[in-house]
Amino acid sequence: MSIEQFLSEQKDTILTKWFDLVLDTYPPDTAVFLKKQDNPFANPVGHTIREGMGHVLDELVRETPSGQIGVFLDNIIRIRAVQDLTPERALSFIFSLKEVVREALRTASHQPLPYDELLAFESRVDRLALLSFDIFVQCREKLYDIKANELRKMTFRLLQRVNDMDEDQEKKPDPAG
Amino acid sequence: MKILLPLFAVVALVVIAFVGVQANLQAFFGIVIPYAAVAIFIIGFIVRVFRWGSSPVPFRIPTTAGQMKSFAPWIKQNKIDNPSSRLGVFARMALEVLVFRSLFRNTKTELHDGPKLVYGSEKFLWLAGLAFHWSFLIIFVRHFRFFMQDVPTVIQIMESLDSFLQIGAPLLYLTDVVLVGAVTFLFLRRVVMPQIKFISLPADYFPLFLILGIALSGILMRYFTKVHIVGVKELVMGLLSFSPVIPAGIGSVFYIHLFLVSALLIYFPLSKLMHMGGVFLSPTRNMANNSREVRHINPWNYPVHVHTYQEYEDEFREKMKKAGLPVEKE
Amino acid sequence: MAKVTTPKPAELVTSIDLKPSAQQWMDIPTEIKPGTFCWGAKAKNLNIVEFPNARDWNPSEEDWKLPENWQEIFLTGMKNLLDKYRSFKVFMDICVRCGACADKCHFFIGSGDPKNMPVLRAELLRSVYRRYFTTSGKMLGKTAGARDLTIDVLKELWYYFYQCTECRRCSLFCPYGIDTAEITIMGRELMNQLGLNTDWISGPVANCYMKGNHLGLEPHAIMNSIEGMIDDIETITGIRINPSFNRKGAEILFVTPSGDLFADPGTFTCMGYLMLFHELGLDYTWSTYASEGGNFGFFTSNEMAKRLNSKIYAEAKRLGVKYIIGGECGHMWRVLTQYMDTWNGPADFLEVPVSPITGTRFDTSRSTKMIHITEFTADLIKNGKLKLDPSRNDDLIVTYHDSCNTSRGMGLLDEPRYIIRNVCNHFHEMPENTIREQTFCCGSGTGLNASENMELRMRGGFPRANAVKFVKDRHGVNMLANICAIDRATLSASMDYWVPGVRVTGVHEMVANALIMKGEKERETNLRGEPLPGKEGN
Repeated sequence: MSIEQFLSEQKDTILTKWFDLVLDTYPPDTAVFLKKQDNPFANPVGHTIREGMGHVLDELVRETPSGQIGVFLDNIIRIRAVQDLTPERALSFIFSLKEVVREALRTASHQPLPYDELLAFESRVDRLALLSFDIFVQCREKLYDIKANELRKMTFRLLQRVNDMDEDQEKKPDPAG
Repeated sequence: MKILLPLFAVVALVVIAFVGVQANLQAFFGIVIPYAAVAIFIIGFIVRVFRWGSSPVPFRIPTTAGQMKSFAPWIKQNKIDNPSSRLGVFARMALEVLVFRSLFRNTKTELHDGPKLVYGSEKFLWLAGLAFHWSFLIIFVRHFRFFMQDVPTVIQIMESLDSFLQIGAPLLYLTDVVLVGAVTFLFLRRVVMPQIKFISLPADYFPLFLILGIALSGILMRYFTKVHIVGVKELVMGLLSFSPVIPAGIGSVFYIHLFLVSALLIYFPLSKLMHMGGVFLSPTRNMANNSREVRHINPWNYPVHVHTYQEYEDEFREKMKKAGLPVEKE
Repeated sequence: MAKVTTPKPAELVTSIDLKPSAQQWMDIPTEIKPGTFCWGAKAKNLNIVEFPNARDWNPSEEDWKLPENWQEIFLTGMKNLLDKYRSFKVFMDICVRCGACADKCHFFIGSGDPKNMPVLRAELLRSVYRRYFTTSGKMLGKTAGARDLTIDVLKELWYYFYQCTECRRCSLFCPYGIDTAEITIMGRELMNQLGLNTDWISGPVANCYMKGNHLGLEPHAIMNSIEGMIDDIETITGIRINPSFNRKGAEILFVTPSGDLFADPGTFTCMGYLMLFHELGLDYTWSTYASEGGNFGFFTSNEMAKRLNSKIYAEAKRLGVKYIIGGECGHMWRVLTQYMDTWNGPADFLEVPVSPITGTRFDTSRSTKMIHITEFTADLIKNGKLKLDPSRNDDLIVTYHDSCNTSRGMGLLDEPRYIIRNVCNHFHEMPENTIREQTFCCGSGTGLNASENMELRMRGGFPRANAVKFVKDRHGVNMLANICAIDRATLSASMDYWVPGVRVTGVHEMVANALIMKGEKERETNLRGEPLPGKEGN
């Protein structure tokens, strides 16, 4: 059985364990709420993270990746980027996946671990980590963008008026659009 | 600790009553304490409500929970959740007090992960709260058979409904089961759900233990140890007619029961249990949303220092004139 | 001996200090984290409005430069408020901590911080109340859930009362109607007595007091700003609009939040008002003195709110208008509905509003004499007084965000919806537990819309954004309509982060786009200067 098959079969268990590890990065009182409430609107954080992780896992075992993995990661990391977490802690969940998979393989079979396949899988997770790093930085940059934008919007009209004193010039593009 | 402390407190109350009865202090526990408890309850309750009432309601601040009464007859008002009349407020309060409408409000969502339970834990809270309060009320009313010489028909009907399952002898009252179940649920919630445990105080556990103690001692008397019922009624009637007697042969369980009830009565006005009175005084619920139609008066409304138009114009007159704005003073 | 071991990821994670859950909340110290709070108020702004204990201070510094007797000020203030407000007294006493409100707060949902549960936010103050105002708390202390008012407790109170947007969503689910907004209002009032304001609130308050509006636009700047919009309108429609300012004898005074005058996309909504009123030939005037509908004073103290609000009636009286129309704004309308008349009424110098176009009498506002622009416009549409071409908005797939204040502090739910359905062809509601009275806050109300607390704003805005994302994925929604100036600014930021591709609009921007005006040229673009559907090639 290939590691991909194994992961597909064990997906629910692995996802649950993985999700638990992610929740461990939150204070316990928070974690329980995130875990228990499954209404996507009453608990968007828990729901989005779990759903995103499921998709990421699917992508990892898929033979022909859909190229959507960045989107799924983005959904998760976008939340964690504004949650008071250090970058280390915000992205540690990627690495947790390795551990969860190793553990699952260990308990599932007494045979020696399929090292080559495992290594290949873990390399894919590593690439995921690099991608996550990109996304995290993008999210943080976006935050600063928004801050700057809000300031710009406050002064844009003013500047426009000043500029318009010099009539007949072309309309300026709208910073919002 | 915040759970054990109140538990010990209730156990201590039980022990005190038991030891007291063994020491032949029946008169103290059967007469003095109940009188004192009822007095404290009544006075305490009135004082608390009076104290709330002594603070005015300066603003009309209902939480509007639906479409307001619109200027347009073609827009349908939600007359109960956003009442504009006294009748609407009455209906809103009635629903709130009788069926805990706000607790029930949590609406379902159509979208869930997999085939999971469609209702959230809030519905359980609502159900348990409702079961608890209603069974408590019914049990309380049932006790009037001890307070009256002739048992009124209403209470007899209530009793027969309550025991319609016809289980055991004496017949099992449904409300007894429901009360114990609901209190247990409300307690477990505060232990099992970490969020709720986190916010809970000793003052949340104590009344639950106390009420559970009252219920269990009552159940013990009715179904198991069998107290001298005629004696009990004699004692209660004596208390009510202000010619107290202590009939012989009433078991100590009764005195424990009575002592716990007294403790509840004394604790009541000092505690969060006053929500019973407070809910009627909650300005977000008991007011009509009509403050655009009828001016609400704030008794302590006082004049404030404002920046007048004249001051404004004085500061900006030249700029205003230059911009072509009309001014009061040239 | 340096032995290198590679820790497992989980060890890495657990090596980061995790708080033991057995702790009680009182024992968990509050850390004031950057990204979550707003800068402290500046002395100069507080002095303008004669606020006490004015000084420059910084929340992230250890020393808050409090007055010596700060505890006394706080507790005397608290006693005072308990005597003045039954709501406060009752809400301090009757909470049973059932937890029904716990997961209803957008800040808790988005952050997971337990002290953001409404019940706990209130308990932060209740614990102080018990310690100093109840017998059991005085005697039993912590066992009775009471605690001393220490400097750390004060800082915690400040931190969390400026993480509440007074949206009242929790109050909806509370079996006793306990309203955290009310408690936050009291909490902030107490902070205010200690000079613990935020810059983002006290600046606009000082501006509004002296210059008439939060942004501090002086009379000529207001005219100038509107002038710019008029130029744009002329470019788009070929019609030159000529509104009046501070004009005595006008029938109607129009008051809108100043945010609409300056920042996009609020300015487009403002253009909408201008176009609508012009098309109707409405006899109305703007005021530069009462040039603010919003009321940041409401986020400091009751008295300050009243002082700022007084300008509206005073100006209506001075100009001799018959009644007032108010623009699209959230907290403005809570204040106008539940406070204005009580503070500064009775407005017996005004008349019950009657639409000059349809003759409809707005009896539901017969005491305040002030109607909401969506009431006014819905009535026009219902009576067929507007020529509308909703297809001009065909590029928009719209959803509607109810503002907290107009839903839970007023109940204005169907009037704006009626308008939206008449001015655009594609409208989809968000899931039912996120709209109408259950609406989620934008996450930045009550003066929390600063930029230094952006992380907090994004967390608080997530529940709303999540519901928008749902309708975006399902129906392709690309425009989030609302009737609040703060929403227009803050939801733009929140959408930018969470749901890129969804933009934000006021309802009257869409009205104006659909409005066929007499004598207009064939429009090529919408108010934002973007080509209208079907005109993309031009």
